[in-house]
Amino acid sequence: MTLSLVGLSHRVAPVELRERVTLDRDAAATLARSLGDAVCLSTCNRTELYFDGASDVQAIASLEELAGESLDGVLYRRLEEDAALHLFRVAAGLDSLVPGEGEILGQVRAAFEAVSCGPLLDHVFSQALSVGKRVRTETAIGESPASVSSAAAALAAQVFGDLAGRRVLLIGAGRIGELAAQNLASRGAEIAFVANRTVETAKELTVRFGGRPLALDRAASVLGEVDVVVSSTGAPDPVLFAADIPERRHRPLFLIDIAVPRDLDAAIARIDGCFLYDIDDLEAVVSETLAGRRVEAERAEELVAEETLRFQAWRASLEVVPAIASLRARAEEIRSAELAKLNGRVTDAERRTLESVTAQIMNKLLHLPTVRMKEAAIGADGAAYADAVRYLFGLEEER
Amino acid sequence: MVELLFWPALLGYGEAALAYANARTSRAATWGVRVGWLAQTALLGVQAARTDGFPWSSWAGSLNLFVWLVVSAYLIWGCRPRYRLLGLTVMPLAVALFVVARVGGGTQAGHSSSYGNLFLVLHVGFVLAAFAGFTLAAALSGLYIWQERRLKRRASDVLLLRMPPLGSLERLSRRTIAVAVPMLTLGLIAGFVRLRTDGDSIDALEVMTVLTWLGYGAFLVVRPTGRNAAYAALGGFVLVIVLRLALSGSHFA
Repeated sequence: MTLSLVGLSHRVAPVELRERVTLDRDAAATLARSLGDAVCLSTCNRTELYFDGASDVQAIASLEELAGESLDGVLYRRLEEDAALHLFRVAAGLDSLVPGEGEILGQVRAAFEAVSCGPLLDHVFSQALSVGKRVRTETAIGESPASVSSAAAALAAQVFGDLAGRRVLLIGAGRIGELAAQNLASRGAEIAFVANRTVETAKELTVRFGGRPLALDRAASVLGEVDVVVSSTGAPDPVLFAADIPERRHRPLFLIDIAVPRDLDAAIARIDGCFLYDIDDLEAVVSETLAGRRVEAERAEELVAEETLRFQAWRASLEVVPAIASLRARAEEIRSAELAKLNGRVTDAERRTLESVTAQIMNKLLHLPTVRMKEAAIGADGAAYADAVRYLFGLEEER
Repeated sequence: MVELLFWPALLGYGEAALAYANARTSRAATWGVRVGWLAQTALLGVQAARTDGFPWSSWAGSLNLFVWLVVSAYLIWGCRPRYRLLGLTVMPLAVALFVVARVGGGTQAGHSSSYGNLFLVLHVGFVLAAFAGFTLAAALSGLYIWQERRLKRRASDVLLLRMPPLGSLERLSRRTIAVAVPMLTLGLIAGFVRLRTDGDSIDALEVMTVLTWLGYGAFLVVRPTGRNAAYAALGGFVLVIVLRLALSGSHFA
């Protein structure tokens, strides 16, 4: 058994190349099956083939056929522990474009579940899924937002807690504003109003997000009915002023201004209960949290390294397990043969006593060599010890 | 036996107070709180078993019970990863007060009062439980003001520290006060019943306690929100501190 990996990712291949080798789930599973015992992990950022076998000729040929060109210098190849380490890092989100993103773990699971694997791939993928989960629960790598739009939603949640039922006023039809609205909606907020210079465009947005379309000059009139304002118009002057904010009796109002030039009067930030963030504030928050992610990534790397050692130990134990099994089988064979010679010469009670005593002697004798062989397997000497045991006890013919 | 239980409790609380300083060790801190609380619970149990009467009527003794109540309230409400900074506020305070309780002899067995057990359990127990609630509410309000200021100032690291949302801090603080006020009411009623039975007059401490009760009662009626609510809870806590200090006079003498 040899764990091998051949693949390409965003780190080495440009998007023009990656898009040619990206496969949907069914096509990836078909490719994996064509290689025998294999798993194909294909996302927009990577296409990787993990397989049990030493030769990577067929895997490389398959990827080059998809790419329609030679992939020399772009493909990476990994074997055994290196391949496992790579897979664990991928599952933990450490090899992703945005460190710690959570989608990749689901993609690894889907790729694994799309095919039926042999024991080696089954073990390494099961362990990869558990590594991904462990990194997510034991570090905070996946918690901080990685984009301006998700930071806006995270900040709103920091003010209100649960966003379910919170009402949002979306002003303008800017792309980042839409993304922020999407993020807020995904956390349970309700897009209550969409205000735009042209009401027709506002109506188009309400088809996607729900809510009521408004003319831009009526946005101020609904401020008393909402909890969050997201503004991203192309207007040259502010569209909301401090004087537009109604008395809210300390009910918080969270305002996100993603427009340049800014849509919301900076004086709003001074009003009690109003939290105003512009694009620079949001970018500063994102950059700070990404730095935080990098610190968490270091912790995640430690966990991944620990799991790789466990994989190494498991692989090594596979080398000595057959020798241990043969040794025990040989000992049991001898014990049974010697006990058989006593047939008719001892009573049933005496026979039971002898069986028990000889089994205990055998187990005690074999216990230490078994433990020592497993220990040696974790180092580099496992195969040598296994060979020695086979030679000393005459087990070679059973190999 | 009492000695044997004091140190593990102090060790647990001390470990928690230190471990809450770092997010990586906050799980160990939570275990410190749990272990310390179990040891202090056992300590209180031994004190109760070995004392003829209510063992926490002295100033130091009541401080011991107060620490246990504060930590109990923290265990119920705030012992979660997101409330690490609450632990960082509450646990050092608990450690300091626990040490003061010991220095004042409040963790020893054998101290008793001439007052009846039932009266002391009702009066001291309820009043101290209410004070513990007000303490926790003040800690939550302090956190609210700090985090609100960071959000207002648009601190770029505002999402790095895992903090409960402002809404949760406000809600939790209000609920804690809503639980503590009825306890203070019951404690006061017990005190006044006793006062009437004995024919004694009201002392300054009792007047202050009634003022505190009125303050927190008004808080529940007026239902202030946001920063106002946080400042009100902190203002009420100042009265609680004054009352705790005044208890060092001989209220039960």
